[in-house]
Amino acid sequence: MDTMMLQEKLVEKLLCPRTRTTRQKDKQYVGFATLPNQVHRKSVKKGFDFTLMVAGESGLGKSTIVNSLFLTDLYKDRKLLNAEERINQTVEITKHTVDIEEKGVKLKLTIVDTPGFGDAVNNNECWKPITDYIDQQFEQYFRDESGLNRKNILDNRVHCCLYFIPPFGHGLRPVDVEFMKALHEKVNIIPLISKADCLTPSEVKKLKGRVRDEIEHFGIKVYQFPECDSDEEEEFKQMDKELKECTPFAVIGSNTVVEARGQRVRGRLYPWGIVEVENQSHCDFVKLRNMLIRSHMHDLKDVTCDVHYENYRANCIQEMTSKLAQDNRTDSPLPILPLPTPDVETEKLIKMKDEELKRMQEMLEKMQQQMHEKDQ
Amino acid sequence: MSDIVPPEVRPKPAVPAKPFHVAPPNSVPSPQGMGGEGQGSGRGSALLGYIGIDTIIEQMRKKTMKTGFDFNIMVVGQSGLGKSTLVNTLFKSQVSRRSTSWSRDEKFPKTVEIKSVSHVIEEGGVKMKLTVIDTPGFGDQINNENCWEPISKYINEQYEKFLKEEVNIARKKRIPDTRVHCCLYFISPTGHSLRQLDIEFMKHLSRVVNIIPVIAKSDTLTLDEKTEFKQRVRKELEACGIECYPQKEFDEDMEDKSDNDKIREAMPFAVVGSDKEYQASGKRILGRKTPWGVVEVENPNHCEFSLLRDFMIRSHLQDLKEVTHNIHYETYRAKRLNDNGGLHPISSSGQDTQESNL
Repeated sequence: MDTMMLQEKLVEKLLCPRTRTTRQKDKQYVGFATLPNQVHRKSVKKGFDFTLMVAGESGLGKSTIVNSLFLTDLYKDRKLLNAEERINQTVEITKHTVDIEEKGVKLKLTIVDTPGFGDAVNNNECWKPITDYIDQQFEQYFRDESGLNRKNILDNRVHCCLYFIPPFGHGLRPVDVEFMKALHEKVNIIPLISKADCLTPSEVKKLKGRVRDEIEHFGIKVYQFPECDSDEEEEFKQMDKELKECTPFAVIGSNTVVEARGQRVRGRLYPWGIVEVENQSHCDFVKLRNMLIRSHMHDLKDVTCDVHYENYRANCIQEMTSKLAQDNRTDSPLPILPLPTPDVETEKLIKMKDEELKRMQEMLEKMQQQMHEKDQ
Repeated sequence: MSDIVPPEVRPKPAVPAKPFHVAPPNSVPSPQGMGGEGQGSGRGSALLGYIGIDTIIEQMRKKTMKTGFDFNIMVVGQSGLGKSTLVNTLFKSQVSRRSTSWSRDEKFPKTVEIKSVSHVIEEGGVKMKLTVIDTPGFGDQINNENCWEPISKYINEQYEKFLKEEVNIARKKRIPDTRVHCCLYFISPTGHSLRQLDIEFMKHLSRVVNIIPVIAKSDTLTLDEKTEFKQRVRKELEACGIECYPQKEFDEDMEDKSDNDKIREAMPFAVVGSDKEYQASGKRILGRKTPWGVVEVENPNHCEFSLLRDFMIRSHLQDLKEVTHNIHYETYRAKRLNDNGGLHPISSSGQDTQESNL
């Protein structure tokens, strides 16, 4: 609120002579710059939700990383099955929800786990239950959105999938490639190299390079960090660049606190030394946490809504229209009938509207620029 | 006329008093004494003099040093678990080519291949022909059903080869031994339990070859995690009826049993391999250098590599070969002869001419 008042005063000083009345002052300064603050207040009241999926073979430290990221113990009552019991296990989907609050901001965190993935002898299509689950969430949201009461839609869509690559290989294995290819257009995939404490720094670098090459080679679209705006601070841009060059992150997790260099830190105690989870020279855990929670959480949600969900929706609608055309039936599962493919006139209209929108955006930008200049 | 001369009167052979260490092999004592220099040996209950049977050990040693040893070791495990590095560390030489130099296309062979490489290494005058049999492609595909079959087939083929040579009329003086004496199975250090694939492989092959399971890349486990993991693995192996080397049923006496029990308690060995040397605690040691410390390969507090090496090479090397020959090979042979009615000559694929009859 102080900044608002300051801004007002500045504008006044620069533009207007001292004899302006309050009414004329209002004419110069519109005041919609307070919008972000209003949004902020509303969101804090409402709270946020975030759904994170973890996938990878068992024993790669997924639950430990989740516990370390959110500083909670989500897996207290977990019972590990031995190999005999796991003979007939298929891939399951389990959900754990926890409400965390920090400085007045509430977060409803849902972790979707995939036990059994990649553990069998024959892992053909072991990612199918996972893709089915993601599609189910999209479908449910689609129905809710098209329903009559849209006030309280529960958003269970998966916003991000952390995929754990074992450090014991020479890069991606066939099962890793197939999994990521099946999911890269449905969810934001962030590949991680797990249990990185068994690799020396040069091995980490080599492995990261290989994984990056293979991801490119197979055309897998992992989550890309959005480009920095050109007017961001230099420091932020530098951080962003470092982040991008560090992918995939090599992480280490820990459920235990050890004493290192006189402090109590999360780490792992070995006879030859102590690995500190939050030490940047030991692993990229801090970078992952910053990226996932502190800078890009909202962007992940946006990309899920704007890209993955829209893809799903478009596919769904297309299928329905083709089905309708085939069956010539009018009863569809949804209350709203999808539009037929637009003809030339409607396309023209759409184009016109697009151009109008562009013009308005340009005007807005110009106004913003002017305000910036006046501030300075 | 001739009285039976009482033994005490018989002239004693002139033999120098037997010293407490082994007599040099050249001193074959003469059977007839020349003079009265003989001092009574009076050793043991039956021997009236030093015969020199114990020199047979020395004779054997000389012979085997001349002929040399064969040792065939097979390494099985998913790619990237450090198999080649461990073998290089065990035998302190570059006997196994590391696969990081492979290009992407060669990386995952579609079926399990068997690649064997032989080297002759020498130490202290003893020559050993070491053959390392690698199994790239094991467990790397999405569908790994029956990926142990090529391995099983290879092992049986070696037995078959040996059997054919044995059964020949004109046998070679020394049959080349390509049978697999030891199979090191690499377990991935997940910290939870054995994977399905591990159990299936060991079930199918523990009756055919000596399997020694090792936990690969164990520098990712803390001490507690290591003990827990090992316990769980041992329990699972027992529950599935898998007998790894040293098998309980082949313990010959109490001493063997107690030695082997100690080893069985410590298995599977959690190992770390390395072929790079670093400076630590004042000397150059093999290890892995990380930002938080140096993992010393031969330090028993860090990992169990030295236990594995001592067990496999320094105490049980010959035993591995013997169990393979006396037990696994015999089982195979008995099965083969029974199947064939016991009288027909052995031919492998029907193409070979029949050379011999039993």
